[in-house]
Amino acid sequence: MEIKQAVMVGTLESSDIQISISPNPNKGLEIQLQSVVNAQFGDSIIATITEVLESFGIKDAVVNAADRGALDWIIRARTQAACCRATETKFDWEGEN
Amino acid sequence: MQTAKLKRTSLYASGANAINMIQAAFYNEDCLVYDLEDSVPTSEKDSARLLVYNTVRYHRPADKYVLIRVNGIYSEYIDEDLEAAVRARPDAIRIPKVEYPEEAARICQRITEIETAAGMEVGKIEVWCNIESYLGLINAYEIATADPRIVALALGAEDYTASMKSHRTKAGAEIFYARNALLTACRHAGVEAIDAVFSDINDIEGLKEDTALTRNLGFDGKTCVHPRQIDIVNSFFTPSPKEIKYALRVLEAVEQGKLQKKGAVTLDGSMIDKPMELRARTTLAQAEAAGIKIGGDQL
Repeated sequence: MEIKQAVMVGTLESSDIQISISPNPNKGLEIQLQSVVNAQFGDSIIATITEVLESFGIKDAVVNAADRGALDWIIRARTQAACCRATETKFDWEGEN
Repeated sequence: MQTAKLKRTSLYASGANAINMIQAAFYNEDCLVYDLEDSVPTSEKDSARLLVYNTVRYHRPADKYVLIRVNGIYSEYIDEDLEAAVRARPDAIRIPKVEYPEEAARICQRITEIETAAGMEVGKIEVWCNIESYLGLINAYEIATADPRIVALALGAEDYTASMKSHRTKAGAEIFYARNALLTACRHAGVEAIDAVFSDINDIEGLKEDTALTRNLGFDGKTCVHPRQIDIVNSFFTPSPKEIKYALRVLEAVEQGKLQKKGAVTLDGSMIDKPMELRARTTLAQAEAAGIKIGGDQL
């Protein structure tokens, strides 16, 4: 799925994560993570973000994630919302059945 | 289909605020309401919906009655809110500003359609209707009986008084009729009645007076605006040892009267009538729901 606009979702408050997505035509996924727990959970955070991007069929994008200690389901929710906004699509609720 | 879970206190957690949602699970409220409506800015309706969905579906607190308050029935967000809220599998969905039974029935029908499409058990999700206007109050009984999913009505005093052109006061004389009318409708319909918030979070004595009135009128619970109100409100809806002991004595006297085939039974010189017996049973049921252990066979 194509990134149609640069977007930002989430906050820099404690326990949240701010996800920015912008176009990156034909250059694949580039994910940059800033996190106070990068050493412990960086790979896990990036894996969650990548999984959500792939579920949307996004192959080319620049993603900047500023993490403030967000738990896994919050990372997932913020990334899902960012993907919807960036691709200008509604969330596929039937896919959650 | 009404659940036996306590509903003494309801606390809202904004769907726009991750830390607020996480912290809300650690207080002592009986009901946690994840909010998609008033606490969420228009620009964040989409992200809040996904945050609430993921929280309730995958990480809901196990020891609480979990609700999701969706946006207004006529808002542009309601359809997608319901798609998310039903699939999140909360205990209940709370609908704001209900004024007509047809509105409540329509939302319940939509919940059924989504449950069916998602392969979920149909009818498991309950519904609370917020009554926040004079029209909602006039139609309260019809709203409460519009669908078997509806298990509670909750009074929203700020919008109600605005619809009445009343002025909101701490003493609450302007909502005294609404409280009684809502309660009467709820009792007749067999659903629970949840009272309005006490807005001044710094006035603890005022909260106690207001909650005493809430309890004495007969409400089943009260919505809280701040975590610091929770323990105080809970205490008013939890029977004291003295009340429990008296309730046990009342029921014991009733039982003795039956065994002795007495038409009239007295306790401490006073006649025990049916309403007293009913109140005693209610007290013990509340105590049991609150986790208070009571000996004997009366329960």
